[in-house]
Amino acid sequence: MSVLTLKNISLTLSDKKILHNVNLEFLPGKIHALVGPNGAGKSSLAFTIMGLEGYRKFEGDIIFKGESLKDKSIDQRAKLGITLAWQEPARYEGLTISSFLEAAYSPEKGFKPEEALLKSGLAPDLYLKRAVDKTLSGGERKKVELASILAMMPQVVLLDEPDSGIDIESLERIFDAIKILKKRGSTVILITHSLKVLEHAEDAFLLCCGHLMEKGSGHSMCRYFKGKCMPCDHQNMPEADDAK
Amino acid sequence: MPNNDALRLYKTAHIDKALDDPNVAHLTISHDKVISSQSLPGLNVIPKEIKDGVDIKIVLEEGVVIKNPVHMCFGMLKQEGVQRIILDIDIKPKASIFVIAHCIFPDAVKVQHLMNGKIKVGEHASYTYLEKHIHADSGGVEVVPKARVMLSDYARFKTDFELLQGRVGKIEIDYETICLAHSVMEMTAKINGSGDDVIKINESALLEGEGARGVLTSRVALRQNARAEVFNKIIATAPFTRGHVDCKEIVQDKAIASATPIVEVRDPKAHVTHEAAIGSVDSKQLQTLMSRGLSEEEAVALIIQGLLS
Ligand SMILES: Nc1ncnc2c1ncn2[C@@H]1O[C@H](COP(=O)(O)OP(=O)(O)O)[C@@H](O)[C@H]1O
Ligand SMILES: [Mg+2]
Repeated sequence: MSVLTLKNISLTLSDKKILHNVNLEFLPGKIHALVGPNGAGKSSLAFTIMGLEGYRKFEGDIIFKGESLKDKSIDQRAKLGITLAWQEPARYEGLTISSFLEAAYSPEKGFKPEEALLKSGLAPDLYLKRAVDKTLSGGERKKVELASILAMMPQVVLLDEPDSGIDIESLERIFDAIKILKKRGSTVILITHSLKVLEHAEDAFLLCCGHLMEKGSGHSMCRYFKGKCMPCDHQNMPEADDAK
Repeated sequence: MPNNDALRLYKTAHIDKALDDPNVAHLTISHDKVISSQSLPGLNVIPKEIKDGVDIKIVLEEGVVIKNPVHMCFGMLKQEGVQRIILDIDIKPKASIFVIAHCIFPDAVKVQHLMNGKIKVGEHASYTYLEKHIHADSGGVEVVPKARVMLSDYARFKTDFELLQGRVGKIEIDYETICLAHSVMEMTAKINGSGDDVIKINESALLEGEGARGVLTSRVALRQNARAEVFNKIIATAPFTRGHVDCKEIVQDKAIASATPIVEVRDPKAHVTHEAAIGSVDSKQLQTLMSRGLSEEEAVALIIQGLLS
């Protein structure tokens, strides 16, 4: 039984069709990857699932634990158990990491702010009092985002390009946190363009030009990275892109 | 033993404990009466009662460094009346002090608080001034703080103005600073307005001496029918001066905000920048917090709390 089901999702933004009849099922407690070249529609799909501003008018339906999310606001979806981490997380002014984590913290399920930070690879002593602002590096900011997700411990986590702007050491911390989420029974959806991230996924979906092209094991989808997008011949060499 | 008025002021300002320490200098004024005063060696505080207020002269002797914050309490516990505070502050060279002024009008229905300050910070001296306002929830206060500040060579002046507790009422800040060579000026105002509050901030800095630096920062959050006008001006006339104006205003409901940054450079080796952002709460900030389960109202409140912290 899937925890989250996308039924025939089509999305049009400024008269441009971004997603075409996407059908997808995400299984409870599994790590999924949503792969595809730049502009494939991966982020748009994640934003639609979360119900962000501008992504609420779509065709089809999104079913979470048997309930349609169609008319639900972002916070209602979050309260049901879904969250999203942006590729470029928001930066605030004056808001401390401690308050930011406290805001997400769910005492029944989540890790306390201190523990959550530690598990994301940041020392609480050094970070709790700092602000979630411009003074954090890109990597630190992403870890804080992950810490807030560990504090919330939702059932479904959408991580948009968790590896972008991250060094190798930090990436390991992020994978550690993803493993913790899985261990706690969360369903993780990794949106990615990178082979390294894809390798951590059990299931993978390939999206190209808004079409779902293929489903398979994470491993089987790796071949897609070897040159051309297998099903549609779309030129795609993400590793080479990443090296730029 | 402090009288009842003093006790109420201390408790409201949360300084009743701090003032037990004989090494903490303080001055408490209730309406036009001096109700307590404590100086320290090298720090002379001379208050003189005048009609509807107090005229205060503060002199910090050369080289004297006051470690503990000095507390000044300006209160009006009555519902109506005018309080005039005249402040003449003279920080002699190489001296250093941190003053916290608590301006407390908890029951105000029609209270005017007029402050007129003249501040001189000597060479290599440092003056830090935090002014915290605690107002009634009904908004019956009009606050008009004026200050003329002169910074000598290598002087440092940092001031924070906070009006976050209770309703603003009406406020009109007017601060002007002249900065001589290598002096550093940081001026910040944080105000949370609602109801029919009216906020005017008028701050300016003249960077007149070589290498002088100044930053004017304003953070204003407005809801309901509140209005704010922020005028921030930096003029740089000397080489190697650096200035920055930074204004953020978050506007909700029917509130109206404006920002007018003026930056003027009269020396090709000077550099002054400005940024102003006025509008609703940033949507990515808001949606992130909502995606962690906060309602829109809770998320906005948290973002504003951070901005004004
Ligand atoms: N608001 C929008 N209006 C019009 N087109 C958009 C909008 N947002 C995204 N797009 C387009 O939708 C396509 C998919 O974008 P996106 O979901 O960001 O792709 P990905 O995350 O896979 O790189 C791109 O062609 C992009 O230019
Ligand atoms: Mg994307």
